[in-house]
Amino acid sequence: MTDTLHAPSMSACPACVATPAALDRAQAAALDKGAKIMLSVPEAHCALCISAVESDLEKMPGVRSARLNLTLRRVSVDADAGVTAAQISERLEKIGYPAYELDSGTLSMTATDRQGRDLLMRLGVAGFSMMNIMLLSVAVWSGATDATRDMFHLISAVIAIPTIAFSAQPFFRKALAGVRAGRLDMDFPISLAILLATAISLYETFNGGDHAYFDAAVMLTFFLLSGRYLDFRTRAVARSAAQELAALEVPRAIRLDEAGEETVSVADLRPGDRVLVRPGGRIPVDGVILDGTSELDRSLLTGETLPVFAGPDLVVTAGAVNLTGPLTVQVTAAGKDTSLHRMADLVAVAENARNKYTTLAERAARLYSPSVHLLAFGAFAVWMWVTGGDVRLAVNIAAATLIITCPCALGLAVPAVVTAASGKLFRAGLLIKDGSALERLAEVDTVVFDKTGTLTMGAPEPVSLDALGSRDLEIAAALGAASSHPLAQSVANAARTLGVIPALLTDVTEVPGHGVQAMWQGQRVRLGRANWVGASPLDVTAAYLAIGSDTPQAIAFADHMRPGAPEAVAEFQAQGKAVILISGDVPKAVQDMATRLGIADWRAEALPQDKADAIAALQAHGHKVLMVGDGLNDTVALTAAHVSISPASALDAARVASDIVLLGQSLAPLPDAQRIATRAVRRIRENFAISFGYNIIAVPIALVGLASPLIAALAMSASSITVALNALRLK
Amino acid sequence: MEILAVLIPVSLVLGLGGLVAFWWTLRRGQYDDPEGDSQRILRGDYDDHPKP
Repeated sequence: MTDTLHAPSMSACPACVATPAALDRAQAAALDKGAKIMLSVPEAHCALCISAVESDLEKMPGVRSARLNLTLRRVSVDADAGVTAAQISERLEKIGYPAYELDSGTLSMTATDRQGRDLLMRLGVAGFSMMNIMLLSVAVWSGATDATRDMFHLISAVIAIPTIAFSAQPFFRKALAGVRAGRLDMDFPISLAILLATAISLYETFNGGDHAYFDAAVMLTFFLLSGRYLDFRTRAVARSAAQELAALEVPRAIRLDEAGEETVSVADLRPGDRVLVRPGGRIPVDGVILDGTSELDRSLLTGETLPVFAGPDLVVTAGAVNLTGPLTVQVTAAGKDTSLHRMADLVAVAENARNKYTTLAERAARLYSPSVHLLAFGAFAVWMWVTGGDVRLAVNIAAATLIITCPCALGLAVPAVVTAASGKLFRAGLLIKDGSALERLAEVDTVVFDKTGTLTMGAPEPVSLDALGSRDLEIAAALGAASSHPLAQSVANAARTLGVIPALLTDVTEVPGHGVQAMWQGQRVRLGRANWVGASPLDVTAAYLAIGSDTPQAIAFADHMRPGAPEAVAEFQAQGKAVILISGDVPKAVQDMATRLGIADWRAEALPQDKADAIAALQAHGHKVLMVGDGLNDTVALTAAHVSISPASALDAARVASDIVLLGQSLAPLPDAQRIATRAVRRIRENFAISFGYNIIAVPIALVGLASPLIAALAMSASSITVALNALRLK
Repeated sequence: MEILAVLIPVSLVLGLGGLVAFWWTLRRGQYDDPEGDSQRILRGDYDDHPKP
């Protein structure tokens, strides 16, 4: 599923595909040559977007060409050296298309890509043969006899045998793998039917028989391949997109030793090592701070919105983000012993439990395979007995039974619906990572939300900047712009939106862990923590502004609600689902959010394991839980839940743990998605009923030996077309 | 019926031609962005210089 422009460069560089790791290391070198840059553009949806994005990017200096792939919502840019993905994404952001860089994912995509083309090629060959054989078969059905019929059968055989050898390979291979593993799945009866039909037709052709099933065998291959291809496409699109969204966070750390700084892999760190964490960096290990003061953002770990002060002797856990000053951390646990890794272990345990889910298709196949074999073998035995040992007739009837019962419709019933549904969900901004997620989503009766980053944007914004005087506002804006602390940045941004011109400051210094200070017209001005500027702290997130000896003023912050959150919660409640809010944040903040959204059931200060336990308890009572979360502290809960959704802004680990990724900002599509899933499952069941109905009519005909190739062809195509049309009704 | 000896090979060759054309379009990646292509055709931007 690579973009058009991308394909040649991939095939031109097979070595790169073979050694992705080497390429990763040589990334800096590759920059000189100028490479293709891929970005995901989730908001692109129309013809206008194509011209807007492409013409804008092509105006950018250094860009040779840009092409937007609307199917995958992805733009590939051919640019000179020096143009970075960050610059492109900034430019696209400005014209209203948020873009995320895609990287390592594109490399592993080539394998998927090749597999897709391979399947499509097999499908094409099967289609070509099917049409040509059908042309000859129609002649036979309409009355060709003797030598003409035999010749037509022979030509059919010449077309059909290579086709089946090529096109039906995926089924043979899977059937063989299934047999080796000691199980009979759907592919075994399929392969058996195709092979038996071909063999018997060949025999009949050389012995001047009436019936040859070449058309049926090829048609079977064609219909089943289309089901396979649809299935593959749904998976491939989801998989590649999920891979791509993966943030490129290299697990590296800066180790301090006598020689100075050294960049090492996190895996090489040992307890007792000293690690330097720069502002903006993520703490890679569990440890104790030796040196430096700063503030830590632990929102992804615990759900707390308020950054915490960090100074010497504070115990820190892996995953927290260092905000203002450099920190030296002594490692107490690294690698497998860190709290991060223990979380991963919990996720693995929960994942095992979930893999036990059997989809509707699997349940159908489990019922289907043995009964088909029994039917065919029974037909063979009975006809042997009735005719007193006419092997040729008995095998003919057994083959006809296998062909007619063969799950053309069954093989299409699920993929067609899942493709239609996931296409619809993709347009609504949701990406299904796993086919069975759709079925699980349809069963949901309880929805659990995380607060920070899920119901809220995870970025605090000042509540009442207007309350400050214009002079104070100008100072606050200037101070805010001088720091990289999220609260300070947020003040600066809000002031910029209000059109405030920052005051002129001198001697601006950032005091790590405390705030920013500067001189303004001979007065000392400070923006920072309450105790540092000499204010009494409020019980909400706030920064404090002190000007000279005036009484410090508080600037309160609120974490903005994610757009669509109230609608989503109200809609879920209207559908009669229980909505629960579980957060790691302090009770006050959680209660505020719960009241604003009208959620009666909320829990605060929940640890990661608490969240998972709460969900497990709900599920033990027979509830099917949908978990929506984004943080590291949610990953276990996301895995434990029946089905889970995380926003695209979520941490890598959370996205990996969840079944569905929300691409846009708004939460509003969630109830819609649930409704689509419910409808999709209904369609799947209908499709099973339809194909079962066809079999009820067709099987007796085959069993009594009346199934001519014409009837087989009619039954097969009619049932396949019916289920495909029924799936399309979803739109 | 002798005409069959000509017509059947002709139909097979035509079919093979179709298959080769399909193979070519597949190799050129013409099925990679069906949605984008269906939108692009509505705009005049690239009429004179179609994008590769």
